Amino acid sequence: MNAPTISEDRPQDTVRFGRDAPLRLDCGVALDGLAIAYQTYGELNAARSNAVLVCHALTGDQHVASPHPLTGRPGWWQLLVGPGRLVDTRRFFVICANVVGGCQGTTGPKEPDPTTGRPYGLDFPVITVGDMVRAQAMLLDHLGIDQLFCVLGGSMGGMQVLQWASAYPDRVYAAVPIATAARHSAQNIAFHEVGRQAIMADPDWRDGKYLEFDVRPRAGLAVARMAAHITYLSEPALHRKFGRNLQDRERVTYGFEADFQVESYLRHQGSTFVNRFDANSYLYITRAMDYFDLAAEHEGVLAKAFARTPVRFCVVSFSSDWLFPTAQSKAIVRALNAAAANVSFVEIQTDKGHDAFLLDEPEFHATLAGFLNGCAERRGLPGPA
Amino acid sequence: MTAPAPPGLRPDLAPIVGMIEPGSRVLDIGCGDGELLEYLVHRRQVTGRGMEIVQEGVNACVARGLSVIQGDADTDLSDYPTAAFDYVVLTFTLQATRDPRQVLAEMLRIGRYGIVSITNYAYWPLRLGLLLRGQMPTAEVDGVAWHASGNIRRCTIVDFETLGAELGLSVDRRIGLGRRHPDGRLPEVRCLPNLRACQAIYLLHRDPGS
Repeated sequence: MNAPTISEDRPQDTVRFGRDAPLRLDCGVALDGLAIAYQTYGELNAARSNAVLVCHALTGDQHVASPHPLTGRPGWWQLLVGPGRLVDTRRFFVICANVVGGCQGTTGPKEPDPTTGRPYGLDFPVITVGDMVRAQAMLLDHLGIDQLFCVLGGSMGGMQVLQWASAYPDRVYAAVPIATAARHSAQNIAFHEVGRQAIMADPDWRDGKYLEFDVRPRAGLAVARMAAHITYLSEPALHRKFGRNLQDRERVTYGFEADFQVESYLRHQGSTFVNRFDANSYLYITRAMDYFDLAAEHEGVLAKAFARTPVRFCVVSFSSDWLFPTAQSKAIVRALNAAAANVSFVEIQTDKGHDAFLLDEPEFHATLAGFLNGCAERRGLPGPA
Repeated sequence: MTAPAPPGLRPDLAPIVGMIEPGSRVLDIGCGDGELLEYLVHRRQVTGRGMEIVQEGVNACVARGLSVIQGDADTDLSDYPTAAFDYVVLTFTLQATRDPRQVLAEMLRIGRYGIVSITNYAYWPLRLGLLLRGQMPTAEVDGVAWHASGNIRRCTIVDFETLGAELGLSVDRRIGLGRRHPDGRLPEVRCLPNLRACQAIYLLHRDPGS
């Protein structure tokens, strides 16, 4: 295979695997004809040692550092990834792939089922974080990359990072799980269930076959997004941003329009989300997160998931993140210590909640830069320009 | 007299560097901003890990490329496996812990050797201050009033060695240090250290069978 020599503005790639290379899912199904849509930035070096895999969160996608083709908005982690940025695409070959079950080109419930020609809908098999990572490993094989210099991601992306380090310790040099957990808590599952029920309660959901009727469960998906969005913020951040301010009016209207700015904001979040995201994908991906429990796969002992790991870890949490609180990160760190792993851990003080990992948090960025540069030095990769 | 501190290293850390074999595995508990750990990793080729309770310190360490976690010596040492390190270092942290006895025991479970530095509250100017002024020591030690000092378990060289003996720990080396010279050097005190040293640094190991 030729080394991918890829320029900064290369359009997205999609790799399709043949029937000889099915993705073997945790549920027992072998998924034939897997397609993975991915973006790359920068160039792979001759030693193939500078690859960085960015794992996206629940509603993210492969457009990490370039404008989104549907919304035109900047890449979701453009603050961190790009030329001269912290994850410098002039030094690193950055890969970001849409997860299996997603809706941006990778095989998922909105893609046609080869056996019927119609969209999978709920006939799509239930997928797991382990399946997402197994699919990414197939992509790396396709790209001819044996070992990643670093795999990093926040939230569900962080779950994938942990899964990567646990399942493929020899293929990961450094791992950065951010604002994440080694298992989904009852509270996390509860919020996801609210979102799923909102989608399924929408009459336009049509038992998951909405694409065949050319309708979309827009209202249900919007409510799911609105509820989830609250969990990504913190009470102080909401208060700072909106308080009890009214939206374009002097006084309350004694009705149910969006009197308050926070209502208007959430409605906007919901309505823009439905233009770029598939409702069934939302069901499948939230389910994958709910099923994630790394210790359960290792006799209930998380440390066993990392036994004798050579991977260097940098675990990051945010003080006001109540969706993936610091205690969850500390549980990961405890397990890594028990496995005598090479681990750093920081809790960043911020009032921005779970979403802080996507935002301008100088202390977080300084920490990450220090970790990446220290690892790059040990790996013999060039330092920052 | 101890040798002048290596450039860029705090004078009280220099004797600790001298106690550590190059290339060994070191856990620095209460590693602050990582000054000692960075020196050991880069100049002594140790495999270094750190624990620090203050967030700014942890961030400074990770930004230096060190492997450091936020943690509390009183509660988080039990997470480390037995004999994971050659040296476990505790510089001016023991007296700030709630349960120094437990922390010492944990240190010498995790590491083959423990290196501990303490403030000696039997240093003669402190004794004199207490006798004549009737006040707890401040300026001679850390310059902080009794109610603001992190050292909640104040002890003397004799006290510390008594506890070490109770725990079955042997002292391989003890370095007493006197008051800082104007040029920054810390003179070693060999004679009557419990009276004449303001701090002491120990290299300890656990007696087999204890």
